[in-house]
Amino acid sequence: MEKLVNDFSFGLFFWQLLILIVLAFLLWKFAWKPILEALSSREEGIQDALDSAERARKEMQNLQADNEKLLQEARAERDSMIKEAREIKEKMISEARAEAQNEGDKMISQAKVSIKNEKNAALAEIKNKVAALSIQIAEKVVRHELSSREEQQKLVDDMLDDVTLN
Amino acid sequence: MFTFAAKFGGLKLYLKMQKENILKIFLACLLMVVSFSTPAISQEHDQHPEPEQHATHQESAEHDEVGAIDTEEEVKEYIDHHLQDSHDFTFFSDAETGAHYGFPLPIILWDGGLKVFSSSKFHHGDEVVEADGQYYRLYHSKIYKTNAEGDIAYGEDGFPSNERPLDFSITKNVLTMLLVSVLMFILFRSLATSYKSRTIPKGFGRVLEPLVIYVRDDIAKPNIGKNYRKYVGFLLTVFFFIWILNLLGMTPLGVNVTGNIAVTFALALCTFFIVQFSGNKDYWKHIFWMPGVPVPMKIMLAPIELLGIFIKPFSLMIRLFANMTAGHIIIMTLLGLIVVFQNWIAGPAFFGFTIFISIIELLVAFLQAYIFTLLSALYIGMAVEEHDDHHPADNEDIPVL
Repeated sequence: MEKLVNDFSFGLFFWQLLILIVLAFLLWKFAWKPILEALSSREEGIQDALDSAERARKEMQNLQADNEKLLQEARAERDSMIKEAREIKEKMISEARAEAQNEGDKMISQAKVSIKNEKNAALAEIKNKVAALSIQIAEKVVRHELSSREEQQKLVDDMLDDVTLN
Repeated sequence: MFTFAAKFGGLKLYLKMQKENILKIFLACLLMVVSFSTPAISQEHDQHPEPEQHATHQESAEHDEVGAIDTEEEVKEYIDHHLQDSHDFTFFSDAETGAHYGFPLPIILWDGGLKVFSSSKFHHGDEVVEADGQYYRLYHSKIYKTNAEGDIAYGEDGFPSNERPLDFSITKNVLTMLLVSVLMFILFRSLATSYKSRTIPKGFGRVLEPLVIYVRDDIAKPNIGKNYRKYVGFLLTVFFFIWILNLLGMTPLGVNVTGNIAVTFALALCTFFIVQFSGNKDYWKHIFWMPGVPVPMKIMLAPIELLGIFIKPFSLMIRLFANMTAGHIIIMTLLGLIVVFQNWIAGPAFFGFTIFISIIELLVAFLQAYIFTLLSALYIGMAVEEHDDHHPADNEDIPVL
């Protein structure tokens, strides 16, 4: 310890203190400060770059998700459109069929009506003809009757045999 | 040394279990005592010599650089000389002719007035220099006032009792520090300017940048906390300063700056003042009126804590000094043993040992710079810490050693 005290050099201590303080000051002003600032700004830059990359990645992901969603929607829409079209088609077909049926039915019934009418008309005509014929026959019969009673009867019977009401 | 380590380990474990501030202080005290005693033991050999012995030393001191160094005594003398600061920069000496190859340094004395002359006037301690009617003599690397004959009187403790002028000389150590400062300034200034043109440095800056980041992120930030920016300049300066000086101590230049108590004292003093001036209310409260303990304990703790303020930087000073001095002594002793034994077995063996220790010393050079900086950061961190009382486990990761 005494040797240490004896060896202690005040001059060296003085110089060391002076040099250290001046050096620390100079280095802080001219070296450490700019170095640390550059380092921290660089680190911030790196951090920013990383952050923005992360953001871009997220955005990309969102975009992809959006795309997927759009695609899904489009697909769904297409499916529904197809379905709708199919439905419409079926409806149209069934409608058409129903209409055709109706129309057919209508035509058939009309035909039936007209046939009935024709038939009625024909019957009426026949009736008329029969009536006229009957009158003619009656005329002839009447004329025959005047000659002979049997003859007249025979005539009527023949006439009636000839006439068939078909 | 082993028991020492064991003690260390045991205490550390104990500390981990308790995690209490008081223990840390006790530990610090203990460490202080231990780290104290280590250099003290190594110096006992040097302290013992009586004045008569010193007189013979004087004889050899005058010749220690002249004759070939090949005895135990001379090697010891030479190591002693090497560990000390020097007033001239000698690269090597020729033992045969007594010639020194190096250059003198300016001597600046304050002794009732400024006195400046070249150290070459001392002729490596052989001659007495007269300046403005005062006689000075260089003796064991220190300048003493003396008479025209250059007499040195010895005190009871075996050291010269002659008065010493205030010596502000640009010694070998001062010159080295100046050179290191210039080197550091050039290196880090160039690193700083390189950021202006590009964000990533090239060349040597690539080596320096990770070190700067290391000090910032692994020493300053975790120990000081969010206000680290204010102190990181000091920590960086101290770290690189100590490290480069430690490494220079490994070169054949033979400088031993950080193994000088005045240097480590100045460094520790800076830490001390920074810690005290940045201490917040909590810091002082924890020293003088420890919260969370009973009043008698508070009174007991105050002086211990107060002592701790001084012990902490003191331990910084002694640790760096002792480690670097020890390294230099070991290496030079091993080298000295080669010349003492002078045979074909001891030569290569000690040469190998020296290389081995040198490699360890390279590690120690970094380690000591790191520890000094880390502990400085830690003490600053303790002073600026915003604590809430009753901190149970939040200071788990603070190493005390």
